[in-house]
Amino acid sequence: MTAMDLIRAPAPLAPVERSPGYWALVLKRLSRDKVAMLALLVIVLLVLAAIFAPYIAPADPYKSSMLRRLRPIGTPGYPLGADELGRDMLTRLIYGARLSLLMGITPVFIAFAIGSTIGVAAGYIGGAFNTVVMRTIDVFYAFPSVLLAIALSGALGAGIFSGLLSLTIVFIPPIARIAESVTTQVRKIDYVEAARASGAPGFTIVRVHVLGNVLGPIFVYATSLISVSMILASGLSFLGLGVKPPEPEWGLMLNTLRNAIYVAPWVAALPGAMIFMTSIAFNLLSDGLRSAMDIKA
Amino acid sequence: MSALVDIAPAPRTAVERPLLEVRQIVKHFPLKGGLFGRTTGTVRAVDGVDFDVMKGETLGIVGESGCGKSTTARLLVDLITPDAGEIAFDGRRLGPDLTLTELRRNVQMVFQDSYASLNPRLTLEDSIAFAPTVHGMKDLDARRLAQELLAKVGLEPKRFAGRYPHEISGGQRQRVNIARALALSPKLVILDEAVSALDKSVEAQVLNLLMDLKAELDLTYVFISHDLNVVRFMSDRVMVMYLGEVAEIGPVEAIYAQPAHPYTRALLGSMPSMDPEKRTEEVVLTGDPPNPINPPSGCRFHTRCAFAEEVCSVKKPSLHVRATRGHLASCHVGTPGSGHSLSELPA
Repeated sequence: MTAMDLIRAPAPLAPVERSPGYWALVLKRLSRDKVAMLALLVIVLLVLAAIFAPYIAPADPYKSSMLRRLRPIGTPGYPLGADELGRDMLTRLIYGARLSLLMGITPVFIAFAIGSTIGVAAGYIGGAFNTVVMRTIDVFYAFPSVLLAIALSGALGAGIFSGLLSLTIVFIPPIARIAESVTTQVRKIDYVEAARASGAPGFTIVRVHVLGNVLGPIFVYATSLISVSMILASGLSFLGLGVKPPEPEWGLMLNTLRNAIYVAPWVAALPGAMIFMTSIAFNLLSDGLRSAMDIKA
Repeated sequence: MSALVDIAPAPRTAVERPLLEVRQIVKHFPLKGGLFGRTTGTVRAVDGVDFDVMKGETLGIVGESGCGKSTTARLLVDLITPDAGEIAFDGRRLGPDLTLTELRRNVQMVFQDSYASLNPRLTLEDSIAFAPTVHGMKDLDARRLAQELLAKVGLEPKRFAGRYPHEISGGQRQRVNIARALALSPKLVILDEAVSALDKSVEAQVLNLLMDLKAELDLTYVFISHDLNVVRFMSDRVMVMYLGEVAEIGPVEAIYAQPAHPYTRALLGSMPSMDPEKRTEEVVLTGDPPNPINPPSGCRFHTRCAFAEEVCSVKKPSLHVRATRGHLASCHVGTPGSGHSLSELPA
């Protein structure tokens, strides 16, 4: 920039009154939703517990003790009892949050990114491209999600990575379908037409006018899939296809404790209770977000 | 192009080229049906429409719903690609001489639904600044321009620039849409039922604003409406469309005083008058327009026309000059040699 440019630099714009943006309003409405806030609190606590597991867990999650197998809830030193190998349940539940949340959230987020891209592209471009892409997606969608997840991770072999990969593949079709239908609706609205009439390239129109109006609904749908993902991930671990022992993971814990269901039913039910609570929390937060985003003009 | 009928109005200056020339523009929408999306029919939305728009004038387009007014508007900015026909802007044909981007910089459009035509997630300022930014204007300059335009359409920038579409009224939103359309400094603005959804009082304000802007910015308008009073108020020339074709085109006084096409007469006859002496006595149009999927043979209006004769269902009339210069109607009545018993009738 030369001195001349500096001299000619125009005066800054006069300040204007700004209204809170759409997302600011959504957050404000969400913060007034008590149920959603409670769900958010549960999720935040779980995430914090997962992150700081080594600091808050009372014991070593892998240290077993044959003498203390299946201690009931409330045993001194074992506040939530001990599992079938005498490991502290509280510790394993806290550590289990790490893998369970990872298995629940990661596939949904990756699938959100990939599925939205596919769906928005198909919806915006339309025509034959849309037909080819969406019918291909439908082939995957036709499989029941549990079967598809089991088949994929069975083929890929047991392990965390193959579990994540198969869950991601399972969630791409439903997200892509939602993204496609929302985008197809938005594409026909006059402001997109007006943007086209202004000569803007398709990519710019998608970035400025389409994404802002479709990502919200797609995201709400994706958050509702987190609970499904957690349950599927637990299911895979339960079947021995996801996480391998001795890693603490709620689904796997549920599996290994099932033999003890008559001996120590309360202890055996704990991982299930965690899965249930977390799924419910994500679902309630998703519902809250949905109603907070439904702002009538 | 020049071999075609000269349908330009009386030139104001010696040899003025029309700003926009539309020749034999056609758009048929295929109707898909059946298991494999076979084409089961064709909606002849716009079927060979010719007209010119002179620089500085307002051309009104009227007609019943479904006559192809809005399709014509969308064809002009290539929001829908025509199946056939030519569009030339400022003497340059779209395609060979003129790129689509250039056309769109010069021709902008205002839509009917003021709410749907503004992105609910963008502030009014951002909505207006979008097009200039796309065409390479710097962000700050685009915002300054947006604020100037807001002021120009009568909305105080300080109060409105940072607002969202749902926070303002329909009339204010339509002002923003006008500002948005003006952001690229177009020469021609297409107003597709731009005031039809507004309250009468607000409508009048917006119409006045449009008149002021036209004078100030030297604009040309294509004004599409089904409201005959508004069209009369706004237009220099009027084009009447029926089932995707031009029924009549001419200077506004000629069309309203001496309509040559029976359809135009029926349309004007259906106009409620405030004067009890001028009660509607002529036959008012009955029934719905025929289906554009299967338009009537010959003259498309013959099924509803009081003057229909055998020739009308066989021979298609073409635009023919009437008494006033630049006034043309597509009717066998008053077209010498058409074979109609009233063909020699002075129109």
